[in-house]
Amino acid sequence: MTTVPATRVTTGLALAGVTLRYHDGDTTVRALDDVHLTVRPGEIVAVVGPSGAGKSSLLAVAGALAPPDEGTVEVGGTDITRLSPSRAAAFRRRHVGFVFQSGNLVPALTARDQLRLVEKITGRPAAVPVDDLLAAVDMTERAGRRPGHLSGGERQRIGIARALVGGPSLLLVDEPTAALDRARSHEIVELLARETREHEVATVMVTHDHDVLEHCDRVLEMVDGTLT
Amino acid sequence: MFLAWREIAFARVRFGLMAAVVGLIAILVVVLSGLSSGLVIDGVSGLMRSPVQAVSFAAGTTTDSAFTRSAVTADQRDAWAEQPGITHAELLGVSIVNAHDGDTPVDLTLFGVQQGGFVEPPAAEGTPLAGSDEVLLSATARDAGVELGDTITLDHLGTALKVVGFTEDQRTFGHVDIGYLPLATWQAVHVGVRPGQQADATDLDEASVVALAGPAAKAGDLSAGDAAAGTDSRTIEATFASSPGYSAETMTMSLIKAFLYAISALVVGAFFTLWTVQRTRELTVMRAMGASTRYLVRDGLLQSVILLVAAVGGGVVLGLGLGALLSGTAMPFQLETAPVLTGAALLTVLGLLGAAVSTVRIAAVDPLTALGENR
Repeated sequence: MTTVPATRVTTGLALAGVTLRYHDGDTTVRALDDVHLTVRPGEIVAVVGPSGAGKSSLLAVAGALAPPDEGTVEVGGTDITRLSPSRAAAFRRRHVGFVFQSGNLVPALTARDQLRLVEKITGRPAAVPVDDLLAAVDMTERAGRRPGHLSGGERQRIGIARALVGGPSLLLVDEPTAALDRARSHEIVELLARETREHEVATVMVTHDHDVLEHCDRVLEMVDGTLT
Repeated sequence: MFLAWREIAFARVRFGLMAAVVGLIAILVVVLSGLSSGLVIDGVSGLMRSPVQAVSFAAGTTTDSAFTRSAVTADQRDAWAEQPGITHAELLGVSIVNAHDGDTPVDLTLFGVQQGGFVEPPAAEGTPLAGSDEVLLSATARDAGVELGDTITLDHLGTALKVVGFTEDQRTFGHVDIGYLPLATWQAVHVGVRPGQQADATDLDEASVVALAGPAAKAGDLSAGDAAAGTDSRTIEATFASSPGYSAETMTMSLIKAFLYAISALVVGAFFTLWTVQRTRELTVMRAMGASTRYLVRDGLLQSVILLVAAVGGGVVLGLGLGALLSGTAMPFQLETAPVLTGAALLTVLGLLGAAVSTVRIAAVDPLTALGENR
């Protein structure tokens, strides 16, 4: 397994002057344009904005999925700006949790096994006991069910528990309420906010859903790659 | 193993269908293996099971049907007998004839052998050749209904041969039972001498080939003897191709098996490629979570190993069962451990190679797409 530099827990996430460009045919697009963002451990920050504004690019850069063209990215005090793909993967295993749209669970695995999969991928025991996390997201009773037999809200609860099982310092949440009704959306974001504080994790949530922003500590808007 | 097993259990119908296809191919490989071995034994068991280690043909004899094309003399045999490293050198006559056992037609390959010589097989039932009008038959002729004491009459000439014994096991040549008879009788039959007629002394000097045994024959060190005797010699294994139809049959079987292996590799490769495409979304999510390429590739290959071992193993067991049924029929079928195991191993390895192609897709999965990005 690739070794990752030891983490100094100072800040959760710190982006400084981050610019990300990509090519769309003959055109160069600035997905992120001089973005500065700091998120403290235990803080949940919502990023809203229209489609194509650069919200997912922000998550990609913050989660070591894409290196920025300019600027620096630190997670838990570790500079991850220029990690190789294998070192970036190793960093994500140890320090980053992702919550995707609709949970994006593995169809073959039960709810409990979704969490155990993280242990298999990281090659180390869960930082938070699997059963404790299932209880925290109120899924103990349905832990033996596969995603096909869970509701959208339940899948998203398992997605949140899966993101937390490795004990990340950074939680990146991509449109968690996109497939949920209003009541379930509130429930899920409330859960995210609670777990963020309980586990002292820095959380960035991108969303179109303005109804759930009340649960967040800060709300930022992204337009054309610029964060305001 | 954690993910591999669970995905197989989850997609058991898909994996079951694939396993059924591979299993059927494995059954076919076992059956073809048995058929190949059976055809070989049916074609050349008379040579394989003889103590002859090399055969000398007349110089220039072509490989195809060389036994019946070749003619050698006693002088050539004598030249061989004087060669160092040759312990046995005997004339052997080979011809295929039609005959009757009473009213029953019997196809025979006549092997004219020196009585009491090293080529004459022991009689497991009955007695060795003693008189000139006697024949010792392959055990399979007894299974076909010929009995001790029966008289085999050769068509056209009317030569009568009394059945005095049977060999212990199958002795066939060109898919026809061998009848061992005294060399002089074979020579007379070969030149068309009818009962009561006398053959020329020169006719009784010839046979088809010189059968050889000894260290030089075993080692294939035959060039000096060939130069001295004016012959063209081959080791016994090399002479199999001179049996009627042998090369065509073995090549046909090999071609069919080669296609089966190729089809199997392609089918398994296509299945796992489609399977990988189907689970691309999950793979991207796992890559985003930090799963290494090695972890995902190992998981994918493990699934193919489980599928192939189970399917090939099951297919081989069913194929062996089917083979046991076929062994009791008139079909030339003989199951041998080595070819069956080789076939099963090839099927597994080539299937794995096919599956390995799909891992290229696994390695190429971009974790960025888990966020819906399309760069």
